[in-house]
Amino acid sequence: MKILVALKQVPDTETRIKVAADGRSLDPADVKWIISPYDEFALEEAIRIKEGKGAEVIALSVGGDSVKDVLKNALALGADSAVLLRGDGQSDAFAVAQMIAAFAKDKGFDLILCGNKGLGGDNAAMGPMLAELLGVPQAGVIVKLDLGDGTFRAEREIEGGSEIVEGSLPAVITAQKGLNEPRYASLKGIMAAKKKTIEEIEAAPATAGVQITSLTLPPERPAGRKMEGDPAAQASSLLQALKDEAKVF
Amino acid sequence: MILVFCELKEGLLRKPSAEALSEGRRLADASGKRLGALFAGASCAGAAEAAKYGADVILTAEAPTLASYSSDAYAAVLADAVKAKGATVLLAAATAVGKDVAPRAAARLGAGYASDVTGLSMVDGKLQAVRPVYAGKAFATTTFATAVQVATTRPNVFPAAEKSGAGAVESLPAPSGDFKSVVKEILAKASGKVDLSEANIIVSGGRGMKDGANFKILEELADAIGGVVGASRAAVDAGWGLPHSMQVGQTGKVVSPTLYIACGISGAIQHIAGMSGSKFIVAINKDSEAPIFKLASYGIVGDLFEVVPELTKAAKAMGIGQA
Ligand SMILES: Cc1cc2nc3c(=O)[nH]c(=O)nc-3n(C[C@H](O)[C@H](O)[C@H](O)COP(=O)(O)OP(=O)(O)OC[C@H]3O[C@@H](n4cnc5c(N)ncnc54)[C@H](O)[C@@H]3O)c2cc1C
Ligand SMILES: Nc1ncnc2c1ncn2[C@@H]1O[C@H](COP(=O)(O)O)[C@@H](O)[C@H]1O
Repeated sequence: MKILVALKQVPDTETRIKVAADGRSLDPADVKWIISPYDEFALEEAIRIKEGKGAEVIALSVGGDSVKDVLKNALALGADSAVLLRGDGQSDAFAVAQMIAAFAKDKGFDLILCGNKGLGGDNAAMGPMLAELLGVPQAGVIVKLDLGDGTFRAEREIEGGSEIVEGSLPAVITAQKGLNEPRYASLKGIMAAKKKTIEEIEAAPATAGVQITSLTLPPERPAGRKMEGDPAAQASSLLQALKDEAKVF
Repeated sequence: MILVFCELKEGLLRKPSAEALSEGRRLADASGKRLGALFAGASCAGAAEAAKYGADVILTAEAPTLASYSSDAYAAVLADAVKAKGATVLLAAATAVGKDVAPRAAARLGAGYASDVTGLSMVDGKLQAVRPVYAGKAFATTTFATAVQVATTRPNVFPAAEKSGAGAVESLPAPSGDFKSVVKEILAKASGKVDLSEANIIVSGGRGMKDGANFKILEELADAIGGVVGASRAAVDAGWGLPHSMQVGQTGKVVSPTLYIACGISGAIQHIAGMSGSKFIVAINKDSEAPIFKLASYGIVGDLFEVVPELTKAAKAMGIGQA
């Protein structure tokens, strides 16, 4: 079984967001880049499948030099090989899906694991788009995955519960929190990764779907009001305010 | 035409779909286009309700193969309808199904896609979207480079406004092809309450709740004021038996209720990422310096175990939630 794991590098949530001079992108100055947390679940799942029934795991990221960190980490965690697809991996999920589809098309992957969404951009789009471009089924927001002989059975989160999706392999599966507990890289893994190389490929040209024309900071929330008095007084003045001022009730 | 993919639940139009339709109506009026509501299923009984939200035409794709949700089959239905009607804008609500099917349909149409948008407008005949990014710390105005434009609308953000439309029903042929995935069964949680992502009032508890059993006082408050209960990740991960589906935040649900009451939640950025779109935020925390107060429209500095029961009592006394 051959598994592709797509890993996206994203700005750390703690990053203070500053808009660049162009008014439409993130000022990269103070950004700390991390692997999107959902992608860690995707990678962990791939490694567990490899440990369970045997598989070749290929980690892939679309981006520039900086994504090598993500790929090295994937190698240290147990990926067999890593591919850096040189291209813009941030601006548009549709373009990224085209690049990954062009790479994956003839490689015979049985399973493609993605994160449910790339933190920050929060598109939650690349996986389903990739599945469509490859003409394979998808299952998204997955908290449990079982593989059969050429089939999958996955539990996906929906409003108020979950549902079971079944389909055939190859397929694209997008990982949600709860799928597994990602491990940390072992010293042995880190040493072994040092000996592996990252294959670098120029991404195929892609057509853009969307572009960001302006990035703005949200307006400051007006200062709030604290309720005075003992708990009973606080409670009744809060409800009164919610009723009369906020008109929530 | 502006086409809105709509979902039915037990024969009734889902609220997020009504919201998407209303927004579609507004955009159609602004750009002189017609509004189509699109339904798929084994039966689309109930689809006529879309006329209440301004649909000029109601398109129904009915086939046994569409009885359960299948991402590939449904994406084909959406893309086929867009092509058949020459629609330029395709909207769906950002629900579990909407978020799954819309990007797939977009790829099938070679179209750009903006997900979970909180603002839409038509500029020179093309869709423009505003979406929160970077944990709600910024808003991205997004334009489309493609002839067809696809977006999902965040539930609870766009008002569902009634406006009657002609609502002429037209049936579409079932999608053809060999579809490779299907939903086999639904494992619903026992509670019949609305999902957090659609709730109008949310009462959330954090690590300050100290134990899962204590969430009972939040349930009581929520019941009194017509809300549902959520939680911070610290509470969900504490091993108190709270399901992940309750988690609000960056790695949980993104919610946009009218009222969000945070009890014993400090206000970490990852939590705020999930609830900063709430219209009114109430913080109940014993630490007056907790960051959540910076966001709160109303704050109560105090012990939640004293304040929450008082709120429930006062809500009942005032007859709130009885209307
Ligand atoms: C990658 C990543 C993703 C994350 N995703 C999420 C997410 O989706 N959602 C999320 O919530 N967090 C998320 N987190 C975790 C987040 O950083 C915080 O750790 C978490 O939100 C803290 O939860 P809390 O506010 O309940 O707990 P704490 O920060 O411990 O706060 C507890 C609060 O309760 C107050 N308190 C205690 N006792 C009482 C009392 N008796 N009465 C009143 N107040 C009391 C305290 O003063 C304190 O402010 C994520 C973190 C990471 C790294
Ligand atoms: N630049 C990229 N390189 C590799 N994988 C990506 C990239 N962008 C997105 N992905 C994958 O697609 C998922 C969804 O991303 P997004 O649609 O951007 O929210 C991520 O969790 C990754 O698994």
